[in-house]
Amino acid sequence: MAAGDSRFIVEARYYQKLPHRKIKCVLCPRECVIDDRERGYCGVRENRGGTYYTLVHSRVCALHVDPIEKKPFFHFLPGTLAFSIATAGCNVNCKMCQNWEISQVRPEQVESRYLPPAECAALARQSGSRSIAYTYSEPVVFIEYMLDCADEARRAGVRSVVVSGGYIKSEPLAELCRRVDAIKIDLKAFSQKFYSEIVNGELKPVLEALVQIRKSGIWSEIVYLVVPTLNDSDAEFRELAKWIKGNLGADMPVHFSRFHPEYLLKNLPATPLGTLERARAIAQAEGLEYVYIGNVPGHPAEKTYCPKCRNVVVDRTGYSIGRLDLQKGRCRRCGHLVPGVWG
Amino acid sequence: MRLSRRQFSALPLAAALPAAKRSRVVIARQAKSGYGPLLDRAMMAYFDCDDPVEPWRRLVRPGETVGLKVNCLAGKGGSTSVALVEAVTERLRQAGVAQDKIVIWDRLSEDLESAGFRPSNRGGRIRCIGNEVLGYESELTISGSAGSLLARTLTRLCDVVINLPVLKDHGIVGVTMALKNMFGAIHNPNKYHPNGGDPYVADVYAMPAIRKKVRLAICDAMTAQYEGGPTYMPQWCWPFGGLLVAEDPVALDATGWRIIEQKRAEMGLKPLRATGREPRYIATAAARGLGTNLAERIERLEV
Repeated sequence: MAAGDSRFIVEARYYQKLPHRKIKCVLCPRECVIDDRERGYCGVRENRGGTYYTLVHSRVCALHVDPIEKKPFFHFLPGTLAFSIATAGCNVNCKMCQNWEISQVRPEQVESRYLPPAECAALARQSGSRSIAYTYSEPVVFIEYMLDCADEARRAGVRSVVVSGGYIKSEPLAELCRRVDAIKIDLKAFSQKFYSEIVNGELKPVLEALVQIRKSGIWSEIVYLVVPTLNDSDAEFRELAKWIKGNLGADMPVHFSRFHPEYLLKNLPATPLGTLERARAIAQAEGLEYVYIGNVPGHPAEKTYCPKCRNVVVDRTGYSIGRLDLQKGRCRRCGHLVPGVWG
Repeated sequence: MRLSRRQFSALPLAAALPAAKRSRVVIARQAKSGYGPLLDRAMMAYFDCDDPVEPWRRLVRPGETVGLKVNCLAGKGGSTSVALVEAVTERLRQAGVAQDKIVIWDRLSEDLESAGFRPSNRGGRIRCIGNEVLGYESELTISGSAGSLLARTLTRLCDVVINLPVLKDHGIVGVTMALKNMFGAIHNPNKYHPNGGDPYVADVYAMPAIRKKVRLAICDAMTAQYEGGPTYMPQWCWPFGGLLVAEDPVALDATGWRIIEQKRAEMGLKPLRATGREPRYIATAAARGLGTNLAERIERLEV
């Protein structure tokens, strides 16, 4: 597939025209200023003669039907399938990226298929999926395709969920929140140092995005990949938990996930289980009510506990859901309201 | 020890030239003569010889495949000239390099085509290919802050690379010449423009497959650009009418940068530092041991 395949090339949204055929992308906080015939940092949006184009509309390089727990969403339609898609590209360059073969390449460097939005929604429905998940790479960089798919999915009775690093500006995020049903944010760390040195991005806009998503009313969850020695101090866990409680609420689900050495961080070991348990204990001590441990199948912290009576309201092992002890979103034992989208 | 000319010619290039002490940069100018005579003059001056084919014999050993890394992103006018590449290939062939041992390459075939080249991958003749033809290695090469997949054109096809950049301004990294032209050998150049390309430009060039294979840079400065690059902006171009030749990419870039600054001053433009575009990556490349950026360590030879 050539870079110039016209089926995938659609004028981008969220950019400003500048003199001398330059453009300024205003999709993400990076705000790339891009010369004619050049691409932005993401590698999938190109200036052609002073008009900015996405090169990845309907250009799907990864497609799987996954349990929604794999995203992970633990409070959104548990036990259902998510029709999961990605295009090439990402607007950061995390040294621990697990999917760098698709996120850190240009669209012409990876095998892709043509999947227009209506077909995507139809396939999702045929697969028995309750949602389309925009995931694996960074869906912010294929926002035009994501929005079009979300509209088609909604018409077909299929929800849309987004798995993102949250490095996006306010205006496109507002549009996204109007048209999708849930967003999971990978909060990479709670320090600008980590974002500068490991992510190649900024922390502040991600925190602002989290607040904006929460205020929008759509469902959201947070994943924090715990990387040994880089973002795993007690102080950082504590500050993170305090910030979440103060700005998003104690009932925001947070997943502390195990890191595996990948991409440019192969020199570090996988996260010790004890570190994840420590992170969880600190977050709970600070008052967070739904704190999970991720990438450790079978750990008790995969289950959802009622914060009031400690009843297991969602019995979860790996990606499998056992008993769901909720009635209209409330704990069957004590009646406590457990936030989420349950049916 | 005194060496005969034959003994000198037989030495590996790095040993034969005084690169470790002073880095020679030849600036040959005479636009009216056209690329062929200008190239000969530059090469003979650089290699201290009076036979226009001799430098190429020294540069390429028998049986080696030569990659000519051009810079074509800016299309016609702002890219490496087809005429320069033709002059280089003619001399290479006269030096005994077979047609099928010459590869003209850049990132994309469509970029090559837009600059006036004719992409072709047919056997028995000079190939002209974009990186998409052979693809990229599947294993990352990590160098300092950069981690990239290298183009197989470089890793599997070329034994030697002659770097053929253009002398021009760059809106993000300041200037683009020999060092930055090798961004065309990696899969993810878009990741390495932040912070004015520093230290990424140096780190990418320091990748062993690049550093060891690039034997010479011939910078096309027939038409140079002092503002508005890397896009071709004719209003900011001037007929410098020259070629810059060097083995040391840092010395070449440092020299080219001075030429651009001089032109900017002539035209009443601020120095790159004042516009936040000082090409700091050149100093970083020097610090990485890729060459020298110090004027006193550069033997600037104008012919």
